[in-house]
Amino acid sequence: MTKLRAGLAWGAVALAVVLPIGIAANSPLLQWRDAVYVTAGFAGILGLALLLLQPLLAAALLPGLATGAGRRIHRWLGAGLVAAIVVHVGGLWLTSPPDVIDALTLRSPTPFSLWGVIAMWAAFAAATLALVRKRLPLRIWRLGHTTFVVLVVAGTVVHAVLIVGAMGTVSKIALCALVIAATVAAVARRRVWAVVKRRGD
Amino acid sequence: MTRLALTRRHLLSATGAVLATGIAGLRAPAHAQGLAPTPTMRGGSNNYRPGAPLVDRIGGGGFLTTGTVRRAGDGMPLAGQRIQVWAHTTEGHERDERSHGATLTDANGVFRMDMPQIVPAFGQPHGHLAYDSGEFQTVFLRPVMASAGETSLTVDFVLVPA
Repeated sequence: MTKLRAGLAWGAVALAVVLPIGIAANSPLLQWRDAVYVTAGFAGILGLALLLLQPLLAAALLPGLATGAGRRIHRWLGAGLVAAIVVHVGGLWLTSPPDVIDALTLRSPTPFSLWGVIAMWAAFAAATLALVRKRLPLRIWRLGHTTFVVLVVAGTVVHAVLIVGAMGTVSKIALCALVIAATVAAVARRRVWAVVKRRGD
Repeated sequence: MTRLALTRRHLLSATGAVLATGIAGLRAPAHAQGLAPTPTMRGGSNNYRPGAPLVDRIGGGGFLTTGTVRRAGDGMPLAGQRIQVWAHTTEGHERDERSHGATLTDANGVFRMDMPQIVPAFGQPHGHLAYDSGEFQTVFLRPVMASAGETSLTVDFVLVPA
């Protein structure tokens, strides 16, 4: 029974990641885009999908995976997320430089660009904290990383939902909902606020 | 047809223009009742290629970008004005030379550009238009289609003498 439940959980997570990517891969829009633009778009979709796995790994919410192993994968996928963001922004820059310069300088006419840029800087900040984690007080590390991650999730979800692009509308919203649910569950499970309360006592 | 005359941005800018001309009108009544000029939109000039050639159509056509060009103040239609159009379409990216073309307004100040279907790019299905011939102040527009399924786009220019 436990094995069945674990199998179901892993299967559901795999489906939640693979299905939206598969639907996007069949989008008619792709035939009118060159390889660089398509790669940039899929790096963004992959980044969104990683946001589902990251909280599940950080809080050991996936059955059958030891906490240490989950954390190690979390670190690698975190580096992968940073790489995905760099490919996403870099590919869009090659495709249409003025649009990306507008976005990065916060002058874009499209609100979703601003949310994407917020999420990008928050992800870089969360990753930087992870690099110097051992030198940080536990309280700063946990609150800092969590705060930036919440910004990443909020920014990315608004960014993705506002975009008319290759992703299917239903699978995109479903994946975004799962990302939010997983993040809330991980913060609750890890009791991130506990470090604040302890200090206040 | 996508009428862009009543987007929120237009409404806000029109309201602002009415307020501004209303206040200025206390001192200069001749300008008070004028047709407000079209402001350049943010991002309007992105991937602009100066001097796009006059063409009968861009690529194979099938999508219509049309509109009017009028003079600010009295609203007189402006004939023979050169309007440049470009977009990400089924035939090319915005930056591609083949995605750009120019056309002239007719005697009624109406321009029509037959072009390939605009498809969503950079998050929205949108076109780019420019007036930059010098006689009037330069205007760059970036209208967004109501939906990706639209097969036409209507964009009006109100120009101010340079």
